[in-house]
Amino acid sequence: MTSRLFLSAGLLVALAVLAAVPWFASAYVLAVGITILSFTVLTTAWAAFSGPSRYVSLATSAFFGVGVYSVAVAIDYLPLPVVLAIAAAVGFAIALVVGLATLRLSGVYFVIFTFGLAELTKQVMIWYEINQNQTLARIVFVDTSTEQIYWMLLALAVATLVIAWGLRRSRYGFALQVIGEDETVARHSGINTTALKVLSFALTAALMSLAGAMMSLRFTYVDPNTAFNSFVSFQVLIMALLGGVGALFGPLLGVVPLVLLSEYLSGSFPYHFNIVLGICFVLIVFFLPTGVAGLLQGWAHRLTGRAS
Amino acid sequence: MSDELLTVDDLAKSFGGLAAVRGISFEVRAGEILGLLGPNGSGKTTVMNLISGEIAADRGRAILAGGDLIGLKPYQINRRRVARTFQLVRVLPNMTVRENIMTGVLFGADPAGRAAGRTAEDLMQRVGLGTLAGQPAGQLTYIEQKRVEMARALATQPKLLLLDEWLAGLNPTELREGMALIEQIRADGVTIVMVEHVMHAIRRLCDRVVVMNAGAKIAEGSPETALADPEVVRAYLGTDDA
Repeated sequence: MTSRLFLSAGLLVALAVLAAVPWFASAYVLAVGITILSFTVLTTAWAAFSGPSRYVSLATSAFFGVGVYSVAVAIDYLPLPVVLAIAAAVGFAIALVVGLATLRLSGVYFVIFTFGLAELTKQVMIWYEINQNQTLARIVFVDTSTEQIYWMLLALAVATLVIAWGLRRSRYGFALQVIGEDETVARHSGINTTALKVLSFALTAALMSLAGAMMSLRFTYVDPNTAFNSFVSFQVLIMALLGGVGALFGPLLGVVPLVLLSEYLSGSFPYHFNIVLGICFVLIVFFLPTGVAGLLQGWAHRLTGRAS
Repeated sequence: MSDELLTVDDLAKSFGGLAAVRGISFEVRAGEILGLLGPNGSGKTTVMNLISGEIAADRGRAILAGGDLIGLKPYQINRRRVARTFQLVRVLPNMTVRENIMTGVLFGADPAGRAAGRTAEDLMQRVGLGTLAGQPAGQLTYIEQKRVEMARALATQPKLLLLDEWLAGLNPTELREGMALIEQIRADGVTIVMVEHVMHAIRRLCDRVVVMNAGAKIAEGSPETALADPEVVRAYLGTDDA
């Protein structure tokens, strides 16, 4: 009971400190903070579905891009809260349709399909923008400060963590784990696997689209190659693997070091950035197969074992 | 008044050009153990898969308590109190024994809610897994994994339990324990359909048997009568030896 109280107090203090960052941090630190928060939402949402169910999705960039473009298209006509709601709804709806079609696939077929979906979405968007809209980019004019974007993303990151926490503790989270272990057993144990997979996939997709919508305000200049950049899907996957998908804060343990590493590499090795980052990814997967969270849990088990 | 729990009527399934089940019909009476027998490839497991919704039937019906199971999804069939085990034992390998059983308790026909933990404990005791609750199921022995699978099926509170070669691969001691467990489950009021090749288990446990060959029913009756049927002997031993 006391430890839970301390944990809650610690989390509240951490949240207060994070909320205060815009008042004391430089513009550069705030920009890095925004990137970290954006990836925290994407990676935590990704891990909430793909972690337990083991349906590895590479469609993150598609849902993120849908959010980016929802804002780019609708922000001139509707107030921001409505546009954000639309972005979440569109992401949810697309994931629902895609989920119904693809979640019958499993293993590598699902991975390939989601990657194909992300690319298809990007290509359709490019085609639409060129042929129907006679342009390849849009400018997002919104009177929103960097600080406001930071706070919006912080709120979304907290909401995403709370949703992921709630899902993990619920019978639905348990059912997703059963699906990940053996879907046939899940089906024959009374679990409506299709509904559960599709709805949880769509819920996490909506969070990804919201992140994209908020980042759209930050980008200002929006084009399909940026919005639907498939590299984002791989970054999220690697961040989740580095942090570890077995623990709630696992993805966060992957996001922070990898965003900081990317920042450092892009500054220090501007021409070899992707090569060095790629090598880092390979080393991470090779040396930390269970992620940082797994490594910490292993150390904790060892310490507990010694103590007893 | 009829005491049939399940009526299988003209059930058929083909895979491409291969007719795995050719319009089979039989009844399962409430409270009995019915053996589904036949040589390898005769279609027994396909019948189990059709009844449990794992595969879709080409035609036919499987009426349980007035409702047709054919066309329903496996989870819907499970919630109508039909549970099954698998020919190749399936446990959730990285989850503990307790978590494996909780799967059935939480999502079966009558989710146990707050009493879920106690229900799982009772089931573990009942199938002899009391001391292994915290063990990952993937680390258990073969018979222990079979017990986990059985307990998980029972956790969904079935009226009808489909056992697909549950006794296969057990040593004599395990076999005795396994047969005693099946008798106990029947005594608790669960009707059982079992696909089995262990003949003395069939003779001891089954009230009636249905024998299949090449997708069709070739005999039905008490184990003694059906297994002595010349066509059954031919199916098992071939024409020259019969």
